[in-house]
Amino acid sequence: MTDAPVLQIRNLSKAFGPVQALSGVAFELRRGEVHALCGENGAGKSTLMNMIGGVLQADEGEILIDGKPVTIASPAAAQKLGIALVHQEIALCQDATVAENICMAAINTRRAPLMNYAEVYAQAEKAMNQLAPIPVRSKVADLSISSQQLVEIAKALTLDCKVLILDEPTAALTETEAQRLFSIVRGLKARGISVIYISHRMAEIFSLCDRVTVFRDGRYVATEAIAATSPDDVVRKMVGREITQLYPDKLPADAVPGRSLLSVSGLSDGSRFVDVDLDLKAGEILGIGGLIGAGRSEIAQTICGLRQASAGSVALDGKPLAIRSYADAVRAGLVYLSEDRKGSGVFLDLSIAANVSALDLGKLTGRLGLLDRRAEANQATHLAKRLGVRMAGIDVAVSTLSGGNQQKVAIAKQLSVSPKVIIMDEPTRGIDVGAKVEIHRLLRDLANQGVGIVVISSELPELIGLCDRVLVVREGAIAGELGAGELDEETIIMLASGVKPAQTSQGQAHNVA
Amino acid sequence: MSLESGETVMHAEIRATGAGRSSFARLASMREAGLIVIILALCIAMSFASPHFLTWGNFRAMLMSFSIEGIVVVGMTILLIVGGIDLSVGSVVCFSMVVSGALFLMGLDPWTASLIGIAVSALIGAVMGFFVTVVGLNHFITSLAAMVIVRGLCLVITKGTPLSLFTLPPEFKAIGQGSFQGVPYVIIIFVVVVAIFDFLLRRATAFRKVFYTGSNEKAAQFSGIKTNQVKFWVTVLCATLSGVAGVIYMARFGAATPTFGAGMELNIIAAAVIGGASLKGGSGTIFGAILGIALLSVVTSSLILLDISVYWQDMIKGCILLAAVSADHFLHRQKS
Repeated sequence: MTDAPVLQIRNLSKAFGPVQALSGVAFELRRGEVHALCGENGAGKSTLMNMIGGVLQADEGEILIDGKPVTIASPAAAQKLGIALVHQEIALCQDATVAENICMAAINTRRAPLMNYAEVYAQAEKAMNQLAPIPVRSKVADLSISSQQLVEIAKALTLDCKVLILDEPTAALTETEAQRLFSIVRGLKARGISVIYISHRMAEIFSLCDRVTVFRDGRYVATEAIAATSPDDVVRKMVGREITQLYPDKLPADAVPGRSLLSVSGLSDGSRFVDVDLDLKAGEILGIGGLIGAGRSEIAQTICGLRQASAGSVALDGKPLAIRSYADAVRAGLVYLSEDRKGSGVFLDLSIAANVSALDLGKLTGRLGLLDRRAEANQATHLAKRLGVRMAGIDVAVSTLSGGNQQKVAIAKQLSVSPKVIIMDEPTRGIDVGAKVEIHRLLRDLANQGVGIVVISSELPELIGLCDRVLVVREGAIAGELGAGELDEETIIMLASGVKPAQTSQGQAHNVA
Repeated sequence: MSLESGETVMHAEIRATGAGRSSFARLASMREAGLIVIILALCIAMSFASPHFLTWGNFRAMLMSFSIEGIVVVGMTILLIVGGIDLSVGSVVCFSMVVSGALFLMGLDPWTASLIGIAVSALIGAVMGFFVTVVGLNHFITSLAAMVIVRGLCLVITKGTPLSLFTLPPEFKAIGQGSFQGVPYVIIIFVVVVAIFDFLLRRATAFRKVFYTGSNEKAAQFSGIKTNQVKFWVTVLCATLSGVAGVIYMARFGAATPTFGAGMELNIIAAAVIGGASLKGGSGTIFGAILGIALLSVVTSSLILLDISVYWQDMIKGCILLAAVSADHFLHRQKS
């Protein structure tokens, strides 16, 4: 009995209309293992998880729990079987308290007519405190995205589950929060709970998981013990082709710095950050690292006129900029790619063409204020081709594209105005490895053509692999700058979290930590 | 869900620039096609049921009945696309009528009086726009308040009694009562307004910003679009068109009744939604909305010709709204 896998998937298929999302996949989860599931977006991971979680029903094949075939007709049925699913997208009731969200399942099945808040708060606190000291009486809407993600995980922990599915749990977490989550996952594992861990981040998978299963294009590719494989190998299986180099070549160490493209001095906004200096040279990719909530996005948005500055100056290509609104910045050649793709990056229900032209309609406007639709179509076709957007045509709604392709459309929109400087906030968050590599190459190409690129990222490998130079932001101020030779994860984390570097004083570092 | 579904004619329009789609598929995917089929089917059925239905007189009456409301539908549709709504249109129509009428009775010439009536309607729109964009209230609550306040103003100005305007000069009354080559001016004005705004909404850059704002306001702001300006001007436009409609009603009836237009907003919103406008913003067409109001009008006319009690009308119209929106929801869910 104990030898039977806690969860087994046999020959499972699922089609959505003409699209075969999964064809005959297999998956096996042993008791007390952390099992990574990898695959590019569209590989079928989420479809499989939704079937295990009772959200979708399979067309064919079987699901076995403890060796017995089961049908999982609804999320409630899944919960009864001991399966808890933490979705990648946050699905909390924004206007309810943390406690009410965490105990939602218990409240739902409660027979008594009145709420017992004391019990709800106590239970929620117990679950929450394992992860982070988030006050359970606060409203979810008032929390940061990363805290909301933690609430989502705490919610799953209250269910008495034997299988926990985590879908990209660290996408919005800071390094420290992620570490705390990992230790919880290890604790669950020690208690015999099995975890399915979906992530694009190889480093996490290799430090946390026991085995890894790879899907590609809705098919099962392979299952390997982590000890017996390598990140390169997993990526190769995911993509189905050799990715010779994850990151494009950087500037050579002896490259002569180009002219200053963007220079910011003494910028403050009066609340989130103070006295920020920044100098971007032509040809380089400048990274901005730091914890979520440190003020990185706010700095970028203020430079671009999306937020009000209280002091400081910005010069673009040597010319001082008087930016009162984002439209001014765009006109001057400075554009910003939002970190929240669906919320503020693209117009999901508009066509690709309409998305690409949103930034500068003036360019496409003929006499009489009418839109030149041929020019619009040409522009969209040209840019979509250049960025390799995989699509049925420029006239389909952006909502029909995968995350990576949506992001390419968002980038195409930025490129439509031939910008001098692009500030990209988390340009590859939540997109698959293949698209990520393509976007990194594109950024490097643009930099080589003389476009200034600033990349804000929470993913350390991305900062280190892609950027020539990295500024680290801590609590609204630049904590330090790291040049080409100084880029490593440890140093960035230390700067970001305020721990003094080890070489100055070992003891001090412990004190601050 | 169906209300914000992606298959709008905005797409069909943009799609038209793309390659690889037969014009038949494009046509079939348009919501307008379905509405036209329903309206035609209803007309054919009615032509058998009643000998009076298929007459120019009856068609003229039907067109007349929705032409003036149709002008308001144009404004409402654009406002729905930007993500707003205006419950005050009926009151504003009445206000424009009452103000113009009162000014005429005070001795102003009817043309100037009408322009002032339209201008104060625009002003009401500007005040609503102010509360929506500067104060930050939503369109629903703001226009609900405006609906009541403006209706109150109508009663205050008229002291509750209808203004009799039979002294209006015949050349002014002609707007509402006259015709050119047998076609009433009302219908001509309606067709011109619809044609202009339908074209602009599809082709003009300024109106493309309306779609961006309604589809995803945040993304529009992050594209440098001043969404508050867009929302403000669309609110003003909707109220202005209501004002225009009010003046035409005055010319047509030769009177200004302080209770006129009560409940009109529901018919107009229903028409726009039947025509494919989404209450969540981002989609809708003028042509569709006009078909929506035409459908409601054909139904009303049919009920009268079939000698069904007027008391049934509202109930049947409500059912049609529900059926149209449900059918759309169902069709689009099938597609996606």
